[in-house]
Amino acid sequence: MATARTLFEKIWDSHLVDQQPDATALIYIDRHLVHEVTSPQAFEGLRNAGRKVRRPDATLAVPDHNVPTSDRSKGIADETSRIQVETLEKNCREFGVQLFGMNDVRQGIVHVIGPEQGFTLPGTTIVCGDSHTSTHGAFGALAFGIGTSEVEHVLATQTLLQKRPKTMRINVVGDLPVGCTAKDVILAIIGQIGTAGGTGYVVEYAGDVIRGLSMEGRMTICNMSIEAGARAGLIAPDEKTFAYLKGRPMAPKGAAWEAAVSYWKTLPSDEGATYDKEVVLDAAEIEPQVTWGTSPQDVVGVTGRVPDPKAVKDAERRASIERSLQYMGLEPNTPIEEVRIDKVFIGSCTNGRIEDLRVIAGLVKGKKVAQSVEAMIVPGSGLVKHQAEEEGLDVVFKEAGFDWREAGCSMCLGMNPDQLKPGERCASTSNRNFEGRQGKGGRTHLVSPAMAAAAALTGRLADVRKLA
Amino acid sequence: MQAFTTLTGVAAPLPMINVDTDKIIPAKWLKTIKRTGLGVALFESMRYNEDGSEKPDFVLNKEPYRNAEILIAGDNFGCGSSREHAPWALLDFGIRCVIAPSFADIFYNNCFKNGILPIVLPQDEIDALMREAEQAQNPTFTIDLEKKEIVRPTGNAPIHFELDPHSRKCLLEGLDDIGQTLERAAAIGTFEGGQRRDQPWLYREA
Ligand code: SF4
Repeated sequence: MATARTLFEKIWDSHLVDQQPDATALIYIDRHLVHEVTSPQAFEGLRNAGRKVRRPDATLAVPDHNVPTSDRSKGIADETSRIQVETLEKNCREFGVQLFGMNDVRQGIVHVIGPEQGFTLPGTTIVCGDSHTSTHGAFGALAFGIGTSEVEHVLATQTLLQKRPKTMRINVVGDLPVGCTAKDVILAIIGQIGTAGGTGYVVEYAGDVIRGLSMEGRMTICNMSIEAGARAGLIAPDEKTFAYLKGRPMAPKGAAWEAAVSYWKTLPSDEGATYDKEVVLDAAEIEPQVTWGTSPQDVVGVTGRVPDPKAVKDAERRASIERSLQYMGLEPNTPIEEVRIDKVFIGSCTNGRIEDLRVIAGLVKGKKVAQSVEAMIVPGSGLVKHQAEEEGLDVVFKEAGFDWREAGCSMCLGMNPDQLKPGERCASTSNRNFEGRQGKGGRTHLVSPAMAAAAALTGRLADVRKLA
Repeated sequence: MQAFTTLTGVAAPLPMINVDTDKIIPAKWLKTIKRTGLGVALFESMRYNEDGSEKPDFVLNKEPYRNAEILIAGDNFGCGSSREHAPWALLDFGIRCVIAPSFADIFYNNCFKNGILPIVLPQDEIDALMREAEQAQNPTFTIDLEKKEIVRPTGNAPIHFELDPHSRKCLLEGLDDIGQTLERAAAIGTFEGGQRRDQPWLYREA
């Protein structure tokens, strides 16, 4: 019998073009997503060298980081943002790459539209000049972020030079308590293994809890793999995966679909396959998670307290906590549930999908956003927005006092006008709480969509389980 | 890309862990369509006050570190986004070598594409170098990539570092990855032929 292989090994092996004696591998890239921020210099490089895009049919572009999420009829006000988006449009025309422009209903965050269109498929290699490309691993694809030089390399050659990463399996076992979601699971994992815990690894998420998640939940998990240092996260494809993809515009059809599904069914890790590292997390011990600091690993259960640096022995870690608390304007030992917030941001490639919006609508229906809070909802794509409006969710949100906006990255990183002001405190469904991430001096608490809804209604980092 | 053989320059100590790419270069600077000009914004929030004046305590605002070409930092340097603007900003400032106990993967790869050498060393050696960079009269170090050595200002024995042979060769020769890969176009074509046969659904014909 052939040796047992992991899902990662099967994908890796089937994409090896060439292996060099010095251990670098040339691997083939099946799918390349492109956005406006990390591509201009890559296209310029191609142009300067007189090179073409090797596989325009394997490349899909969309502007997302810079686009305004308010009225778009007047275009983009900020000149540098406008130039960057126009540069993407121009490059796509010149190199024959398909683009979903700013006013196309299919426009959205690059990691939302890939799966939505069926461009993301199991067993493929997927890259994008964006670290959250790990999202697509939810479909059993080897998907990871690359820099601009590598974007250029993929455009020109459809391949990448890579060293084979190590493998880690994270088994999430037990029963996920009521009120806890995929976001809480991944935050708890990052809290356990740390922001560098996954560095050098591809992580496969397994176990009953992962199997039980919807595709949206699985994307949330894989999305934040990079926050644990892992470039890629993987979840084995199953019937849920196939059901999600069936009928999507760019997914295979008819006989090709049948052939694809039977291939995809061979992908899950073989019985007895081994990993370089194994981690087990008991879901029963998870409670809704909230970050208190400026790194995603600075996380605690909602019933917990802000940590006390005095209790930390390691000097570097203590200094880093002190610095975080000062930036975040938090006193040691404050109960998390007593922390008041100014803003709520719901959206991003972590939690800007239809399922997230349905959860929030269920919680806020007939209620009101707290007086002191400004809360915005930014759907992950134009199609998510459309779907939500079909279901009447927008009405629920607006009646509750939420600001309902156009699709894009928005306040996840504040490259467009959606930004926190210095000192403002935000409960956010995004993925990074770095200093200045959502606007200079802004203070971010990462939470699940349900917890963000609870924060919006109460004006503080409230426990969603206690919501009346 | 500029080749990297030896580098002699001032090393700035930045004893912080988890220096993320938003700290190295904040998002508002990512709107550029060029690779150059980002040096002024390197470490913006740590380097400047609200009004744009310099924060005197930040290491790169102090002599002789203003002219640093080497940076010594804590664990997990460059975590966060894939933005190559981070190495571009370092390079534009004049930094061509970063020494740390560990780096985030994407940042680490991005360095090589821009002729920046990231060196990984054990924590105790980092601590020793950090002290020398802080205390030496003239904190000038020499990085010798040929010998894989860091020559120290104090006259203490040079520190040896490891680097995989492929990355080292590319840096030493200033090689362009794309040009090299295109020499393997035949192998890529063969791969595509096989894949098109086995998984035709991956090829969207126009
Ligand atoms: S939503 Fe945020 S994390 Fe996702 S791609 Fe946009 S900026 Fe990056």
